[in-house]
Amino acid sequence: MRKIKTIADLERVREQIISGQKKYATVISVCGGTGCHAYGCKKVREQFSRIIRKNGKGQKIKLQFTGCRGFCERGPIVTIQPQGIFYQKVQEKDVPLILAETIEKGKVLDHLLYEGKDLKTKVTAEKDIPFYQRQHRLVLGSNGLVDPTKIEDYLGIGGYRALARALLEMTPGQIIDEVKDSGLRGRGGAGFPTGKKWESCRNSTGDLKYVICNCDEGDPGAYMDRSLLEGNPHSVLEGMIIGAWAIGAQEGFIYVRHEYPLACKNAGTAIIQARKVGLLGHDILGSGFDFDVEIAKGGGAFVCGESTALIASIEGKIGEPKSKQIHTISQGLWGKPTNINNVETWANVPLIIRQGSQWFSSIGTEKSKGTKIFSLVGRVKNTGLVEVPMGITLKEIIFGIGGGPKDGKAIKAVQTGGPSGGCIPASLFDLPVDYDSLTHAGSMMGSGGMIVLDEGTCMVDVAKYFVHFLREESCGKCLPCREGLKRMGEILNEITGGRGNAESLFLLEELATVVADTSLCGLGKTAPNPVLSALKYFRPEFEDHIDRKRCPAGVCTSLIHYSIAEESCVGCGACKKICPAQAIAGKKKQSHRIIPELCSQCGSCRDVCKMNAVWVQ
Amino acid sequence: MLCGSSKGGDMKIKTINITLDGNSIDVDEGSTILQSARQFGIHIPTLCYMENLSPYGGCRICVVEIGKDGRGRTFLDTSCTHVVEEGMVVQTQSPRVIRARKMLAELLVASAPNVKVTQDIAARMGLFAVRFPMEDNRCILCGLCIRMCYEQMGGKALGFVGRGMGRKVSMPFETRPETCRLCRGCDYVCPGVIAPCRGIQEPGELCGKCLRLEEMPMCCPNGTFGCFCERNPL
Amino acid sequence: MELGAVNGILEKYQAKRTSLISILHDIQDQYNFLPETALKKVASSLQMDLNDLYGVATFYKSFSLVPKGRHSITLCLGTACHVRGGPKVLRQMKKELGIEPGQTTKDKNFSLEVVNCLGVCAIGPVMVVDGKFYGEMNWVRAKRIVEKIMKKENGGRA
Repeated sequence: MRKIKTIADLERVREQIISGQKKYATVISVCGGTGCHAYGCKKVREQFSRIIRKNGKGQKIKLQFTGCRGFCERGPIVTIQPQGIFYQKVQEKDVPLILAETIEKGKVLDHLLYEGKDLKTKVTAEKDIPFYQRQHRLVLGSNGLVDPTKIEDYLGIGGYRALARALLEMTPGQIIDEVKDSGLRGRGGAGFPTGKKWESCRNSTGDLKYVICNCDEGDPGAYMDRSLLEGNPHSVLEGMIIGAWAIGAQEGFIYVRHEYPLACKNAGTAIIQARKVGLLGHDILGSGFDFDVEIAKGGGAFVCGESTALIASIEGKIGEPKSKQIHTISQGLWGKPTNINNVETWANVPLIIRQGSQWFSSIGTEKSKGTKIFSLVGRVKNTGLVEVPMGITLKEIIFGIGGGPKDGKAIKAVQTGGPSGGCIPASLFDLPVDYDSLTHAGSMMGSGGMIVLDEGTCMVDVAKYFVHFLREESCGKCLPCREGLKRMGEILNEITGGRGNAESLFLLEELATVVADTSLCGLGKTAPNPVLSALKYFRPEFEDHIDRKRCPAGVCTSLIHYSIAEESCVGCGACKKICPAQAIAGKKKQSHRIIPELCSQCGSCRDVCKMNAVWVQ
Repeated sequence: MLCGSSKGGDMKIKTINITLDGNSIDVDEGSTILQSARQFGIHIPTLCYMENLSPYGGCRICVVEIGKDGRGRTFLDTSCTHVVEEGMVVQTQSPRVIRARKMLAELLVASAPNVKVTQDIAARMGLFAVRFPMEDNRCILCGLCIRMCYEQMGGKALGFVGRGMGRKVSMPFETRPETCRLCRGCDYVCPGVIAPCRGIQEPGELCGKCLRLEEMPMCCPNGTFGCFCERNPL
Repeated sequence: MELGAVNGILEKYQAKRTSLISILHDIQDQYNFLPETALKKVASSLQMDLNDLYGVATFYKSFSLVPKGRHSITLCLGTACHVRGGPKVLRQMKKELGIEPGQTTKDKNFSLEVVNCLGVCAIGPVMVVDGKFYGEMNWVRAKRIVEKIMKKENGGRA
């Protein structure tokens, strides 16, 4: 491809790509996200490629690896256009059948279809699957249409049109106004108005300016940014170039945590390809604007998601946060004005420039505009990435899209906002999801992690989990975070170990308040949130652990013991076979029993018992 | 701190007005709250701060309650790092600050009870009971030795190693580098070595060591950097 | 210790401070850990104080200053994996290998790591063995995978 120098060039290239694709009668898209890789999508694709080539159908059938579709539990996912057929859990052995039956004869294979609520009706088209139906996939939708390693695909669906408009038809001031009018707020968690941030950065004095894309996504349970950067890196890149033009930056960085190797790789490829066609680097689109991007890797530190720590990391230092009295907007990377935005924020920018701020602000609520991608995981039937307009209720997401409880256990709460957020009990599921409503309830929307918890989850255990997570990730600079979280962890260990007393909760709350008040950075300041929100809504569970030495959810190993109900046991021996501690005794066809001294409380016996004869108390 | 000079060379330091513990005072622009407080005789306890070394903001003992113009939300921040701004309202002894300092002192004592400065801070905050299991660390991770080595002595031999609870002060690869000139600046500023307290060895004992400084071994507590005496492998 | 590869890596990244972490990752991929001599070379090449470099090498969890095992087993301990039974898999791995996370087995065959979220939360609990991702793990499957590798390693010797 020659260098693209004008808008006319861009359109011509796009026409060529689209007409080049017309020759294909069928397009088979195999999802190439990390999740599907874990389930063998590479082999599926190779098998497709082999057979298509053997049959000489390479001219009629287009086979492509697309970005992450966000429905990872059903992977590998294969979609077929133009029919719009959605196949899930496709294995290598299914490939010849798909080609022979579906492609050749138009016959749909039932066993690969998504099953409806009643588990009987099958759903063929992607748009009819309840998980996707209620979503509004403005940003994530393109993942399924492009091969992230091919810039032509992105150009083919209208990519870089926004950049052309921004560079050649708009002034930086107009771009900033457009972003301000759209109401876009940072998608990384804090929700600061993006347009305002860009404006402050533009107005900061400095000969050099930087823009950074924060893909450190450390919140456990959240993987929206991985999916976006991995599946459609050009959308993020385009946003960054537009932002750099508006702010006046010459250099940019994409900071990717090293736990996302595919996202790193695909982003790197995208940068090289964009440079080759003149959309990045020197004299972009003939506008005279120079801007280039580099990838900076993370080293395994959650704290580096915090802006000052991230900047320190890029500067080759340890990820120790600094006081934010002087904001990174004025003094950031190497002391220069720096604008950091989240991956999802950047990906929204081309949409706003292309379709206008009015269109964008018509979606969502008054103070929270546009859509938000959530990672709906945990104890719910349909797990995956969900993109919905702001203002939708938790109930609609968890039950409407998520399909409700998994394994029949009642849903108890949902954890939002990662380690900086908190839990929202089921009684408050009518709350709309946006930047402000969840904060009032004691949690926060955060970067989008939504972990569904059911009766089998112990809230004390969840609080303990988050404190231990943060202890591991604390940089260790300030006393309250380093020592305070350590002691909070000790207290929670005591409580789950059955050694809590009346003072424990009081001390925990006092400690939590001081840690939140005096910590240097956001990690420490928000660290107490999971604990405080769990105490707010589930105090009785804590009291059960302390006063009655009981874990109602049956999780805390020191407080539970497993036993087999004599009347229900049929003596099949499945539990005896699977027990790793050989703690079950019993003869065939006779009631078995668990030997308490040997039992390691792994729960495997309960998992295999078909008679539900294993009790946890 | 010097700025705003007029032609002719006489340098006038610009002052701004803040409210400190209810007193309206004019302080030098660019100074920190701690510097301003000291100028006016208001005492704020510190631990990891030392004049002529860059402020670190790690111990958080010097936190004060800061608000803008006396209305709206207030927040706590360390006075050693926070630069004064026009119209700022600062309280150094508000209930929120006292509660924070007391808990921080409690955490410190639980970690390093036999370091004299932690005992000092505990006494100042009126702390008599520690509700956490006690440890006996001799290094409080204030970082003064590191800053001394880097900023004043040019040795650049000490640094923080590791992260979180496992953080400690050490030399690269646990060996003394050539840049260390054994100047003992680190010893000099270490709060743990200023007068190491052995702790009460017998009930009712008053060892009085803190009064007999000439008898103290000139060595860092427990071999934190341990390059100066035979006990230490480094 | 042969350090030629380090020069190549430094050249690839043009000895830039902003690429320090990438440089260290590449060195670790090459030598299976961060050798002291390699770090000293990086420090002088990037004009960094050795002190600062040592701090960086010990701050970030993905780096190891001691050689890692031939096979790496990484378990995800993210929230989603946690509520789906991740700790049980960890318990089994600790038992099978006889080591704690962050350690390497005596025969240098396995290194066990835990990571706070790999970003594949919908298919948790997740385990990565030598770069390959496995989803929806339980302790039985994990045990089998490890046993298979153990057999291969021990079967190789007479």
